Amino acid sequence: MKKQYISIHLLCATLSATSLSASAANSELHIYNWSDYIAQDTVANFEAESGIKVTYDVYDSNEVLEAKLFAGSSGYDLVFPTARPFADRHIKATIYQPLNKAMLTNLANIDPVIYTSLADIDSGNQYLVPYMWGTTGIGYNVDKVKAILGKDMPLDSWRLVFDPAIVAKLAGCGVSLMDDPTEVFVAARAYLGKNTDDFSKTAITEAADVVSAVLPHIRYFHSSQYINDLANGDSCVAHGYSGDILQARDRAAEAKNAVNIAYAVPAEGAVVWTDVMVIPKDAPNAQAAHQFINYMLRPEVIAPVTNFVSYANANSKATALVDEEIRNDPGIYPQQETRNKLLVLKTPSEKEARAMTRAWTRVKTGK
Amino acid sequence: MQLLYQRGRGLIVAIPWLWLALFFVLPFLFALKISLSEPQLAQPPYLDWIRDVDDGLVTIKINFYTYLLLLEDSLYVDALLSSLKVAAISTLLCVLIGYPMAYAIAKAPDNYRLPLLMLIILPFWTSFLIRVYAWVGILKNNGLLNQLLMGIGVIDQPLEILYTPTAIYIGIVYSYLPFLILPLYATLVRLDPILLEAAADLGCRPWKQFMSVTLPLSMPGLIAGSMLVFIPVMGEFVIPDLLGGPSTLMIGKLLWLEFFSNKDWPLASALAAVLLVVLIVPFLVMRHYESRAAQESE
Repeated sequence: MKKQYISIHLLCATLSATSLSASAANSELHIYNWSDYIAQDTVANFEAESGIKVTYDVYDSNEVLEAKLFAGSSGYDLVFPTARPFADRHIKATIYQPLNKAMLTNLANIDPVIYTSLADIDSGNQYLVPYMWGTTGIGYNVDKVKAILGKDMPLDSWRLVFDPAIVAKLAGCGVSLMDDPTEVFVAARAYLGKNTDDFSKTAITEAADVVSAVLPHIRYFHSSQYINDLANGDSCVAHGYSGDILQARDRAAEAKNAVNIAYAVPAEGAVVWTDVMVIPKDAPNAQAAHQFINYMLRPEVIAPVTNFVSYANANSKATALVDEEIRNDPGIYPQQETRNKLLVLKTPSEKEARAMTRAWTRVKTGK
Repeated sequence: MQLLYQRGRGLIVAIPWLWLALFFVLPFLFALKISLSEPQLAQPPYLDWIRDVDDGLVTIKINFYTYLLLLEDSLYVDALLSSLKVAAISTLLCVLIGYPMAYAIAKAPDNYRLPLLMLIILPFWTSFLIRVYAWVGILKNNGLLNQLLMGIGVIDQPLEILYTPTAIYIGIVYSYLPFLILPLYATLVRLDPILLEAAADLGCRPWKQFMSVTLPLSMPGLIAGSMLVFIPVMGEFVIPDLLGGPSTLMIGKLLWLEFFSNKDWPLASALAAVLLVVLIVPFLVMRHYESRAAQESE
């Protein structure tokens, strides 16, 4: 889940999507994926090997992808939504086509634990192939936060972004939340120690009140801006995706600007998400899409992608091929103890999801 | 011959009407139709209100729920009022900055005018999105502006401008200023200097000359320019999204949320329809009074 360079990508994607011809030749494949979510040579290697010409467009939010899929005839053969709640909803809306598993000879490389964990939204694993997974937690500037809160304060807690007393102290240094109602409300309910599967009106109000209480101290709500700001030392604490925060850490290390970033999975529980590969029902070239999925399922193809994007892939055979530094990074491949704290998102109903978005808009504007 | 002439004229008048029907009325009717339907989890994400149930049996089920929700939830009225405020203040700022600029260009010597106009138009050669994005680099905490001000010692703490309403106004005025200057310039440059000479001969002072001759005569350009700023700013999405913080609620952003995050096409369409009515009614009222005033003066 990478969201950088915001709408510029979005615009480019729109332009190229409209120029797609309805009758894509057999040797063309149109892929729509998150920005910065693949290694630099992955697509070129596939083209060289298969002779298929790939048009590779990127988006920066599930919503943009979703709107295109629901409008119909997107022209894309392969897309990468987040499994919950997005792909779950899409399967229910019957906008995907079942996979032809005879063409996916490398499917056995998938981590069986991750694969079966998708079975409740995709019965019999008919549609989705897991791509990468990660967690949503807290990134922080180690030195600055410790200087403000003292050495003994535990930093793997949602209190860092939701406890008004703590956030007030950190406000001058910069605290940000993601601009994502589901992620923030679930985190807020985890902070309260309440059921994170509850999306009732009361539950939403309780979560919204948590955010309202810290609103004056939050610098902004954004789902990718924090990467740069953490790395530059402009911001101290950010609620964000694991890989994005680790990327901020690496950028700061490269820049040698003495900014020291760490990522924590809060002890109260954090959302674990999986992005999946899936073929839209109206894909012009489903055959080539299958070929590409099978290619991505090769351990030697997916391992360099993980090295490049700092997200764990769902390929158990690939782990050994991933750089040791990344493989042993608990922020990317968490230990069992951390994994036990992870929360699997329940998909809210359409009505609940809308109530959440509207509550979110109201909270953010302080109304 | 007379008949042919009339037909030819009819044809010429028909083209703009056709244009209006094709690119304004028709899309609006589509939006209106969707706004009366029900959202559903499917492709497309709404249930048409005219449906073929069985062969030949058609049901019509109109859903006014979306319009009720618009009234019920204070979010939408708040957003509308907030957008009106932003649009009004931005237009005023554009007039205050743009009028002297247009006036100066119109009064400049002939050989300066074209280069000056080019300077106004030149920014359009870069993508709008990139120009707005550039403001992020200028306004952010360790951006160019703060570095400059701190460098020369005016401030010692960076100014928080980015993600505040101030940043939105800066972005909007910057982006829309040419739309005010160009029509205004076109009116001012055609203004007959003899009128001002006559006023001066009759003992009118320069300020009074401006107030009672130049300003009234430049009104058509000023109104056209203000409309070109006010109307798009009402629905502006990119600038508040990139430069504004969460505290500024605008209709454009809500439209985006309803369409993308909520997949509630009916509500998004209803919101768009209401926005259009809000924009078009004052315009029609103004036109009505204008034509009446014109008739009276004849």
